Amino acid sequence: MNKILEVRGMSKIYGPGCPLCIESTGPEADTNLCPHCGSVVAIHDVSFDLFEGEILGVMGESGSGKSTVVKSLYFDQAPSGGEAIFYDRDKQYALFSLNAAQQRWLRNHRFGMVYQNPHLGLNFNISAGGNIAERLLMSDLMDYGAIRERAKTLLARTEVLLARIDDLPKHFSGGMQQRVQIAKALATQPPLLFLDEVTTGLDLSVQARILDLILEIQQELKTAMVVVTHDLGVIRLLTGRAIVMKYGRVIEAGLTDQILEDPQHAYTQRLVASAL
Amino acid sequence: MNAVSRSNAYNFGFLDEYAKKEVRRAILKAIAIPGYQVPYASREMPMGRGFGTGGLQLTLSLIGPNDVLKVIDQGSDDSVNAVNLRRFIEMTCPGVSTTTKTAECTLIQSRHRIPERPLTSKQIIVLQVPYPDPLVVVEPSEDKRKTMHGEADYSRLLVKLYEDIVKFDEITISHRYPTRINDHYVIDPSPIPRWDVPKLHASAALILFGAGREKKIYAVPPHTKAEPLAFSDVPFRVEDFRDEQGRRRACARCGCTDSFLDEFVTDSGIKTYQCSDSDWCNEKMALARQTEGKPA
Repeated sequence: MNKILEVRGMSKIYGPGCPLCIESTGPEADTNLCPHCGSVVAIHDVSFDLFEGEILGVMGESGSGKSTVVKSLYFDQAPSGGEAIFYDRDKQYALFSLNAAQQRWLRNHRFGMVYQNPHLGLNFNISAGGNIAERLLMSDLMDYGAIRERAKTLLARTEVLLARIDDLPKHFSGGMQQRVQIAKALATQPPLLFLDEVTTGLDLSVQARILDLILEIQQELKTAMVVVTHDLGVIRLLTGRAIVMKYGRVIEAGLTDQILEDPQHAYTQRLVASAL
Repeated sequence: MNAVSRSNAYNFGFLDEYAKKEVRRAILKAIAIPGYQVPYASREMPMGRGFGTGGLQLTLSLIGPNDVLKVIDQGSDDSVNAVNLRRFIEMTCPGVSTTTKTAECTLIQSRHRIPERPLTSKQIIVLQVPYPDPLVVVEPSEDKRKTMHGEADYSRLLVKLYEDIVKFDEITISHRYPTRINDHYVIDPSPIPRWDVPKLHASAALILFGAGREKKIYAVPPHTKAEPLAFSDVPFRVEDFRDEQGRRRACARCGCTDSFLDEFVTDSGIKTYQCSDSDWCNEKMALARQTEGKPA
């Protein structure tokens, strides 16, 4: 199997930081707020690998740093330390040592992101088709006809009615907005997709259809995905491997089945028990 | 030039020499980085910002006693704004001569038009700009706009064009058409009509843009590439001035069929069309009189 992403020792600290930050935060200290300098240790020493066509789950309670992981990898914010290597065909990129233009290039051409809140992923003042066009234009496709065709194909694929291609996303239902967001993320056929709580806040039938869609896409395009969620059902359905986070640390990592059937860490045991 | 003119007690060109020097330095930088908006300290001028103070500061910094100046507003030398600016420059720059003839001038200050007659390498045209940044319609934060310019990230501007084609089957921007200069920076070429945008490309004359209120100067140097933004299958096009039968309308005065036309309604309620560039129109009429053998 080809490795897509290798993350080693990634960390993100909000605030001034002090030498005692690391030892006085984490699951043992039961906080992510450093009592000495008041900094928030959002994530510390996060490492994992991701292979082609694989879906990796990142689970944990709110505030555990799981969104920070994908936001750092998608360049929404710069991490304080660590490294991540993205393997793209025969090239490899050390993500955090690239300059802003290179990061933007990767973001536009090789990565896709679906946010929990469609306001972050979509521009609500331009049409659904325009949103997809934006991403295609970012990746230097300059032919109106081709852009239009591609937008239609993507929206059809994500089951958005084609009659609504020129409507504004703010007139769409939550599930449809999420599907437009997925279509936009897939526009450039990225080998790596980040999904941040994509089904949270949607009703169960819509959730099921979106999860189906994600699985189909993974089968069809062999897209590698990092799925962030606090919903164990989503983890069980989508992911092959998972990491469990608490107070910014990875406390457990392994095969999803193993983690859910035989959790080792006390927190994971509580998490799994509470869901069943 | 340093001597204070005895007649009106103002320095030649109204601005003090330090102010002119700063503007000139900004102009040099603008020429060195085609299309880049160079910030400068726009001075208070004895007229409201938005009435051409940016262009005026460029003109006053560039003009010397041997220059021949032409000032146009909407293509005409006789509209209020043009007359006022010309008088102001005549008053504060003693010895400078002014003209209405495009062929004779060395420096042109203009609003809304580039003259129809091709400019020469001996000429400089200064355009007054109300909104220098084409990205302002898609991004309110100037900080973010600067990054977008730096990375040549104009996809959101192109999305605007996409939405236009979706709604109207064509790009409907009539003036201030976003134009990419030298394959990088996209500029707002001031409120010139689409008709004038191709004149920016590989122009023989230096084209300068001054925004007084927004405090920016930028330039399209001579023989520089200027490409209006468009899609590969929906190319940029200029106004075609065809009537219902598909014939090209002609100027009611000079009969010219290859100039930018202004439409207006006569006293009897009929729409007529005339050249927007009054000097071009006069020139054509003089030429017609000559060929008819009458004295011009």
